[in-house]
Amino acid sequence: MSAKRTVEFELATTGVGPHGQPVRVPLGVGPATGGDDDDVELGGHHMLLNLGPQHPATHGVLRLVVELDGEVVVRVIPHVGYLHSGFEKLGEYRHFNQLIPLTDRTDYLSPMANNVGLTLAVEKLMGIEITERCRVLRVIACEMSRIISHLVWMGTTAIDIGAFTPFLWTFYERERIYNFQEAWTGARLTTSLTRVGGMMADVPDGWVDGLREWCRNFPKTLDEVDRVLSRNGIWCARTQGVGVLTAEEAINFSLSGPMLRASGVPYDVRKDRPYLGYEEYDFDVPVGEHGDVYDRYLVRFEELRQSTRILEQALARLPDGPVNVDDPRVILPPKSAAMSDMEAMIFHFKQVMEGIKAPVGEAYFPIENGKGELGYYIVSDGTAKPVRWRIRPPSFINLAALPKMAEGCLLSDLIAINASVDIVMGEVDR
Amino acid sequence: MYIEPAAIRDVLTWLKDAPGQQYNYLVDVTAVEYRDPERPLELVYELFSLERRVPLRVKVELSKDRPLEVDSVVPIWRGADWLEREVYDMFGITFRGHPDLRRILMWETYGEGHPLRKDFPLRGRFSRSEQVRQALNIRPEAHYSMEELSIAEAYRDLPADIQERLRKGERGVIPEPPREPS
Repeated sequence: MSAKRTVEFELATTGVGPHGQPVRVPLGVGPATGGDDDDVELGGHHMLLNLGPQHPATHGVLRLVVELDGEVVVRVIPHVGYLHSGFEKLGEYRHFNQLIPLTDRTDYLSPMANNVGLTLAVEKLMGIEITERCRVLRVIACEMSRIISHLVWMGTTAIDIGAFTPFLWTFYERERIYNFQEAWTGARLTTSLTRVGGMMADVPDGWVDGLREWCRNFPKTLDEVDRVLSRNGIWCARTQGVGVLTAEEAINFSLSGPMLRASGVPYDVRKDRPYLGYEEYDFDVPVGEHGDVYDRYLVRFEELRQSTRILEQALARLPDGPVNVDDPRVILPPKSAAMSDMEAMIFHFKQVMEGIKAPVGEAYFPIENGKGELGYYIVSDGTAKPVRWRIRPPSFINLAALPKMAEGCLLSDLIAINASVDIVMGEVDR
Repeated sequence: MYIEPAAIRDVLTWLKDAPGQQYNYLVDVTAVEYRDPERPLELVYELFSLERRVPLRVKVELSKDRPLEVDSVVPIWRGADWLEREVYDMFGITFRGHPDLRRILMWETYGEGHPLRKDFPLRGRFSRSEQVRQALNIRPEAHYSMEELSIAEAYRDLPADIQERLRKGERGVIPEPPREPS
């Protein structure tokens, strides 16, 4: 007997959903032909596999419902939203400076870049010109964030594919960056580094020398990871030719960051829509050829080297001078002045109680963070609280291409592809 | 730049393909509701031309008197898929021609409305205890969409009472509260 055992469905429209959309109901489910269980042909049945939301290889609370034909993925249906916190709603009830802690918690693997992006958007809306020292410090913050973001990606992806050692090396370096972050902001994860018009704090004494020393040593770790992974037979076999997206598809899916560049599109917000004076730094934008997981690895790897180059240049040019703009309407007066000077106290009071008022208008400001183009779109009606603030979440948009990439691959490749997207569920779900 | 809701697909196709325009990269799709209840909802498309390196923001005004409906741009950009689902989820704007318009960040049987609308209270419509009660009452079928249940024998494996309810078109346990026209 070779009659394939199939399941036939009659999808009938019997109900109407809450929004008037038809609800399709499978009817008559069951084996279509009367063959008994003994002559089941392998591969006849599709299987429904639920992956996540609690699964170490989904990098957070991502849930994938996978339709499998044997070991081959027929279809992937991602479910997101398990970490939805309503930041965009919450932000409508908060002052602009109070949005900054919310941005920490979106992409929590590169919090400093998120802080910078938000304040740049608010400053664009208000027309504030920040000081030169602040600009360079923000570049340093962005590049440190990119480095820790890529290091986490590299370590965890290597673990997903079965290589444990690089994880230890990359997390060692990430830990050292976290030490710098802690010395600067007092926090390792929720940095809340920036303020509208400046920074929460200047860097402490000796910090710049420490980071310079780190920049000198870091490429050695990169070389070690390079030696272990880049020409490793298992790594290449698991990543090359897996999850391929062409340049047209990548643009069509609105991908950004390393995902887009690995497909051969040289779009980098730092080069194409420069901010913070990135056009004055000397760095290259790595671009892949094949658009597979391996090229995404190579692109991120090279970005680590380029970010180190930018860090070195930024540290070399870091000028003296004030960090915050000289404008008592947006920057809190020093505590000593607020306690002794009447005028300073009034400014302090008005800022804390009423917040900083933005003019009527709107601004969209994109920055390149580790995951891709992170944009903040802020609409103001003239009060101290935004009418709408929108995070353009790079990993949410990149993740939308997962069903396309995973079509027809093996289940084990799905893990590699999902890892290559570099998602952070805090940002996907916001 | 504001355009008519009816023309959205034609205009965006033209902006994407016309030689002098080439806004081929869809950056973002989102919506804005102003605090002034008289103002219409705005649907915002952020475009970028990878060839010419110029951004463009296109807006569509949707009056609240009429049903919030607009043509989907998924046929032009696949990347609009999840973005439009999010706008539908958060604002209740329906996209005609979207291949799979479901809630995305909230769960599918969520019945409290659309969270980013200004008439939606910050803490939700239901009390904390009601939310906990509903969360504990979630039935297994609410975790899978009908489409997923039709894969393999998942539907047949469900208990008989759930099968019966699904056949009637009921999913989840939470009724949609009546929504006053705003």
